[in-house]
Amino acid sequence: MANIVIENIKKSFGAFQALKGVSLTINDGEFVSLLGPSGCGKTTLLRIIAGLETSTSGDVLIGEKSVIGLPPKDRGLAMVFQNYAVFPHMTVYENVAFGLRMQKADDARVKKQVEKAAGLLHIEPYLDRYPNKLSGGQRQRVAVARALAVEPGVLLMDEPLSNLDALLRLEMRTELKTVLQEAGTTTIYVTHDQTEAMGLSDRIAVVHDGRIEQVGTPVEVYNHPATRFVGGFIGNPPMNFITMPVTNGQVAAGSQQFAVPAQGGEIVLGLRGETVERAQSGQGLDMQVRVAEPMGSHLLLTGSIFGQPARVILPATETVKNGATVGLTLDPKRLTWLSPESGVSYPAAA
Amino acid sequence: MTQSRSWIPYALILPSVVFLGLLFVVPLVQTLWLAVSDNGTPSLANMTTMVTDLNFGRSVLNTFVLTLAVVPIQIIMALTMGSMVAKMNGGRETILWIWTIPLGISDLAAGMVWLSILQNTGYLNSILFGMGLIERQTAWLTYQTPVALFIGIAIAEIWRGTAIVMIIIVAGLNQVPKEFKEAAEIFGASPWTRFTRITLPLIRPALQSALILRTVLAFEVFAVVYALGGRNFPVLVGEAYNWQNQNQNYGVAAAYAVLIMVISLAATLVYLKAVKVDPERLP
Repeated sequence: MANIVIENIKKSFGAFQALKGVSLTINDGEFVSLLGPSGCGKTTLLRIIAGLETSTSGDVLIGEKSVIGLPPKDRGLAMVFQNYAVFPHMTVYENVAFGLRMQKADDARVKKQVEKAAGLLHIEPYLDRYPNKLSGGQRQRVAVARALAVEPGVLLMDEPLSNLDALLRLEMRTELKTVLQEAGTTTIYVTHDQTEAMGLSDRIAVVHDGRIEQVGTPVEVYNHPATRFVGGFIGNPPMNFITMPVTNGQVAAGSQQFAVPAQGGEIVLGLRGETVERAQSGQGLDMQVRVAEPMGSHLLLTGSIFGQPARVILPATETVKNGATVGLTLDPKRLTWLSPESGVSYPAAA
Repeated sequence: MTQSRSWIPYALILPSVVFLGLLFVVPLVQTLWLAVSDNGTPSLANMTTMVTDLNFGRSVLNTFVLTLAVVPIQIIMALTMGSMVAKMNGGRETILWIWTIPLGISDLAAGMVWLSILQNTGYLNSILFGMGLIERQTAWLTYQTPVALFIGIAIAEIWRGTAIVMIIIVAGLNQVPKEFKEAAEIFGASPWTRFTRITLPLIRPALQSALILRTVLAFEVFAVVYALGGRNFPVLVGEAYNWQNQNQNYGVAAAYAVLIMVISLAATLVYLKAVKVDPERLP
């Protein structure tokens, strides 16, 4: 077990700056996701931590010890790859045993560890098979078992579920959470899938354009995004951003008035679609509904507020016709206010 | 629609089948018959002549020793070269292009190139003389210097034939996803372990192809040997050539041709067994 400190890591590929100074501290036993769109630098950061890539500058400490310059094997970590990288010419048993064999563990220890890891991942029935005879989900279990068998201080996972189909992904997600909680390993998990990051993580680091935009618990990141990018990237539908006029430090939304952290000019309202309620007729913030989609569990409305595109969610019991105008009541505790110029959010009112 | 056109694939394949049938199967049958007949009646006379000939034992020995010396060196060199270019970021194509130049040269021309280096008035002697290592021209390619002759021929063969092995091996290496090597590295495998336990097993199909191709070609070695050693270094194909052209005895030449074919087929079978490729264990 080990904590990880990432200090001002920079990485350039020629003229392209993949990482522009990233710092992050991960506590012992914590599960942290690096979440971001493809090309944001999250995988590069993971590979630098693993030692598969060298950073241009900065430091990585694992368990209080700088590992920059150390080969991967001396960093006390294990990794799960996106395409599993399960060795096709070895049986599942030998795959899971690989790390232990490299450590020259004796057969008894290898057997004990392989059986333990295989038990955790429910792959005991396949130990004698070759990976080609396994499904994608089973191969991914082998890859995770191989990583856990060496009892690493740190487990790195690079989009481990993205090659699985949707149903299997959901199943593996739940299972991963159980398994990793049991193992108690410090985990860094790279993903572009916000539901994965939300569901699995103790904390999420949102990576965008070579920088970390926000680090926080899933609930913090969801409810109070630090930037417009974070709010737009996390959540489905994404956060609505509505630019509104400010008069004397107040914004008027239908019959509601909100004190905002600006005196005049404009401010951007960050509004989570499911935090609104339908107002009494003639009251609330008007939304022109273009399309109403009854989704069974809820009603999804797409249209505009203040002439700007918006999506909100109402309970399934509501009925709204296409083209109608509905009034919405906002929950003052669940609003985010952002600067229209910088796109950075103001601190949440206490 | 598709039903009425199902003959098209067959029609397209037909010319090549006819071509091969006429120019391969017919001569093959004729050669086989020539080897095991005498004046139109079945006979082992040609075989007997071949086996009792003074040069037969030497040519078999020479061909096998040359193959056993050249092929492993070529495979090891190709693996080394392939692994080295795999580590390069830029200029990879240029290096590969330079390495494959010998492929574009005919056997005989390759033999001539090395003859111009190794003959009495060749570049090697000039350099050695220039450096004061020898006092007069030294003969390397005569029957009195069998070891030097063998080494000269082996070097020329390695120079000429390694490129084809390398191309196949580089293609095989390109098929191995880099994640396999990275995963092995993460779990503590040294570069040598990664090579022996991950890379080599995963390029088995390429290795098998390269071994079969290179070995069959090595058993058919002729022009390079002929250019450098003439009859001082008899090999199987050289004997077939002599019986055909010098002795005008087509029957014994055919017997040699059949023997070479049998050896090549046997070598192929050995490789298919020894370097078994199990599709279940490939990526």
